[in-house]
Amino acid sequence: MTDATAETPRRGSGMGSLMASDDHTAKRNAREKRFRMYGLVAVCTGILMLVLLLTSILTAGLSAFRQTTIEISVTLDADRLDPEGNRDPADMGKVTTFGYAPLLRDGLIGTIEGAGIETDLGARDVADLISDESVAQLRSFVLANPDVVGQTIPVEVLASGRIDGFFKGRVTYETAELDKNISPAQLRLAEDLKAADLLRTGFNWRFITAPDASTTRPEAAGLGVAILGSLYMMLVVLCLALPIGVAASIYLEEFAPQNRITDLIEVNISNLAAVPSIVFGILGLAIFINFAGLPQSAPIVGGLVLTLMTLPTIIIATRASLKSVPPSIRDAALGIGASKMQSVFHHVLPLAMPGILTGTIIGLAQALGETAPLLLIGMVAFVREYPEAPWDGGLFDPATALPVQVYNFTQRSDPAFVERASGAIIVLLVFLLIMNLTAIFLRRRFERRW
Amino acid sequence: MSFTKTAVSVLAVAAVSATAAAARDQVQVAGSSTVLPYASIVAEAFGENFEFPTPVVESGGSSAGLRRFCEGVGENTIDIANASRAIRSGEIEACAANGVDDIIEVRIGYDGIVFASQQTGPAFTAFEPADLFNALGAKVLVDGALVDNPHTQWADFNADLPAVNIAAFIPGTNHGTREVFEEQVIAAGCEATGAFQAMMDAGMSEDDAEDACLAVRADGVAVDITGDYTETLARIDSNPEGVGVFGLSFYENNTDVLKVATMGGVAPSTETIASGEYPVSRPLFFYIKGAHIGVIPGLKEYASFFVSNDIAGPFGPLADYGLVSDPELEAVQQAIENEVDMTAN
Repeated sequence: MTDATAETPRRGSGMGSLMASDDHTAKRNAREKRFRMYGLVAVCTGILMLVLLLTSILTAGLSAFRQTTIEISVTLDADRLDPEGNRDPADMGKVTTFGYAPLLRDGLIGTIEGAGIETDLGARDVADLISDESVAQLRSFVLANPDVVGQTIPVEVLASGRIDGFFKGRVTYETAELDKNISPAQLRLAEDLKAADLLRTGFNWRFITAPDASTTRPEAAGLGVAILGSLYMMLVVLCLALPIGVAASIYLEEFAPQNRITDLIEVNISNLAAVPSIVFGILGLAIFINFAGLPQSAPIVGGLVLTLMTLPTIIIATRASLKSVPPSIRDAALGIGASKMQSVFHHVLPLAMPGILTGTIIGLAQALGETAPLLLIGMVAFVREYPEAPWDGGLFDPATALPVQVYNFTQRSDPAFVERASGAIIVLLVFLLIMNLTAIFLRRRFERRW
Repeated sequence: MSFTKTAVSVLAVAAVSATAAAARDQVQVAGSSTVLPYASIVAEAFGENFEFPTPVVESGGSSAGLRRFCEGVGENTIDIANASRAIRSGEIEACAANGVDDIIEVRIGYDGIVFASQQTGPAFTAFEPADLFNALGAKVLVDGALVDNPHTQWADFNADLPAVNIAAFIPGTNHGTREVFEEQVIAAGCEATGAFQAMMDAGMSEDDAEDACLAVRADGVAVDITGDYTETLARIDSNPEGVGVFGLSFYENNTDVLKVATMGGVAPSTETIASGEYPVSRPLFFYIKGAHIGVIPGLKEYASFFVSNDIAGPFGPLADYGLVSDPELEAVQQAIENEVDMTAN
C-alpha cells in the first residue's frame, strides 16, 4: 500500500498536482470513453435489430386481425335442403356442402342485383368473391336451426382471401391483372359492394378463436386449436415441472450430502439445460409414444416432452434462489428448535418463492416457443377439431401449438398466409410478453433483499 | 403443501382419462408435403360433411410418412401415408416385417412440375430439357467433347435464352420432386444433347452413364432448396435472374409474381398434363392400412370421399387447386370399395 503512494509522483510529470490531468490520466479517460461508446453501439445495434424485427412482423401481421365480410341474403330452398320434408337434422345432414353452394351463389347474385349493382361477370366468378368456408358455416347453421329452411335469411360470410387482400392493400388492380385467382372486374364488383355498405372490414375475432383452415381458405384460418394446444401443454408442464423441479432442488440444496454423486448430478443438470430440444423430441417419440403407447399429436405427450426440457431450467433457477436465502435465517430457525424440514418449508422456501416462480415462468415461456421436439411427436399437423376440456380427456386429443401454427402457415402456397403467419407471431409474442411481465412483476413485488 | 396435492390430483385425473381416451376416433394421416394441401382440403370437407371428426394431417415427406406407416398396426400408428411417389418394394417388406401386410394403394391424380421465374424478370419463357441439362449438368457436351460444365450464362448454349447468369433453385434431395426433376428433365436433356451417348462411347457402363447424367453441378449455380416452395419463391423474389422449380398448384396460386416457362413448347396446365403433352409430371398416392378399416371410424369413408367425383373429379376442389384429375378415377374408387390389397399378389 505504501509503495503505491510512493510511486505515483515518479510515474506522472513530476508536478504532482491532482487537478492538472497528465498524459496517463488522459489516456485512461479516453479508454473509458471508448469503452462506453462500444457499449452504446452494442446496445443500439440490439435495439435496431429488435425494431427491425418488430416492424417487419407488425407491418406484415397486423392486417390478420382485420377481416372483410360480405352480407348477403340467402333463400334456403326447402326442396333442396330438406328433400324428405320432415325438418329432421339427421336426414338433412345427407345434403352436403356441395348442395349448399348454389344457394349461397344465388343469394350473392340476388343481393348484388337487389343493391342495383351491375356486373357482367359469370355466376362462377361472382361466387369467387366469398370464401369456401361460408358454405360450411351456412350448412352447420341450418342443421342447428332446421326451422329456418324455406325462409330468406341474412348471413354475414367471409370474403375470399384475394378480396380481403384487396382491402388490405395486398392485392391491387395491377396484380389482379396477372393473377389467375382474381380479375380486376371482380375487384370492381367488390368496391361496388363496399359502396353499397354490403361489404365491411372489421375486427377478426375468428383469427383468435377459429381452427386452422386448408390452403384454399386463408381467410378462415385461425389459431383457436393452436392456442388451446399450447395452453394444455403449459398446464402439463406447470403441473409436472414445478413440483418435480422444486422437490429436486430442495433436496439437492438443503438435504443432500456434498459428495461425488451429487456433483455428478449437478453437472448433468447443467448439461441437460444445454441439450438441443430436438433430442427431447426423439426421446418423447421413443418413450411416450412407442413404449408407453400414448396417442400421437396429443398435448399430453407435448407437455411431457417440454417438461423434460424445462426441468433443468427450473432446477437451476430454484437452486440459485434457495442459495440466495442467507444461512442466518436457517440457523435462527434451527436455533429455536425447528426441524430441518420445518426450517426449509416455513422459512427458506417462502423467501425463495419469488425467484422460483420467476424461473418457472421463464422456463414456461421458453417451452411455449418451442417447435422442434413437437415435430417428432406429430404435433406439426393440420388439426381442425378443438380438443375436449382437460377433465374430459382433452389432453389426449390431437392439437397443435402456436409456434407450430406459424410454421404451418409459412408453408402454404396462398400469399394470404404470409399475413396469417405474422399475425400468429404477434399473438405468440403477446403471450410471451405477458409471461415475462408477470415474472418481472413477481420479482419486484415479492423479492426481499438482505 | 397445496401444490403437491394439486399435482397429485392432476396426475390421477390424467391417469383416469388416459384409459377413457384409449379409443382413437379420428383418422391420422402423415407423409408427403406435396400431397398435404390436397389432403387438408379433403380432410376439411370431410369434417364438414360427415359425422366423423376431421382427420389429422401431418406432413414430413413421403419417405418419413411411409416409414411411420410401416411401424406397425395399432391405434398409436398412422392410418394413411401420403406419398408423392409409389411405395418401394423395400418399404413393403419393412411394412410386412412389422405386421402391416394389408396395404391399399390409392392414386389420387397427377401433379405437374413447372419452371418459373420472376414475373418482371428476364424472358425465361421456353425451356427444353436440353437447356436445363446444359445449364445444370455436372458434365456437358461442348463441341463434341465431354467437359466440366463451363456455362455461366443461359445464352452460352442457346441464343434464344436471355444472356443472364444461370441461377437455378431446384428441389433438394429430400424431396420426392427431385427424383421427377432428375428423371424427366435432366436425364431427358442428357440424352437429347448427346452427352449420354458420349459417356457410353467413353467406356462407361449404362448404369454409370445414367448416374453421371443425373449429377448436378456443384459450383453454386444450382441451389438445392430443402424447404418448401415458399422458400424457392423467396429466393426468386430476391433474385430477378433466378429460375425455380415449383409444383403446378403452387404456381397457379402465385401467378401474379411468377411467370412460367413452357417445356418442349407446351405450357403447363391441368389440361396439358392430363393429356400427357406436358412432359414433367408424376402421380400422387396415398396408402391405407387395411387392418385399420373398421377399427378407426371413418377411415374407409375418408378414402372414398377423397377420390369421389365431387372431390377428385375434373371439376372438384382438388382440380381447382391444381391437381390433375386421374382419368381412371373410377378404377381407383372401385379399388377402395373392394379394399384391394396391393401386397396380395
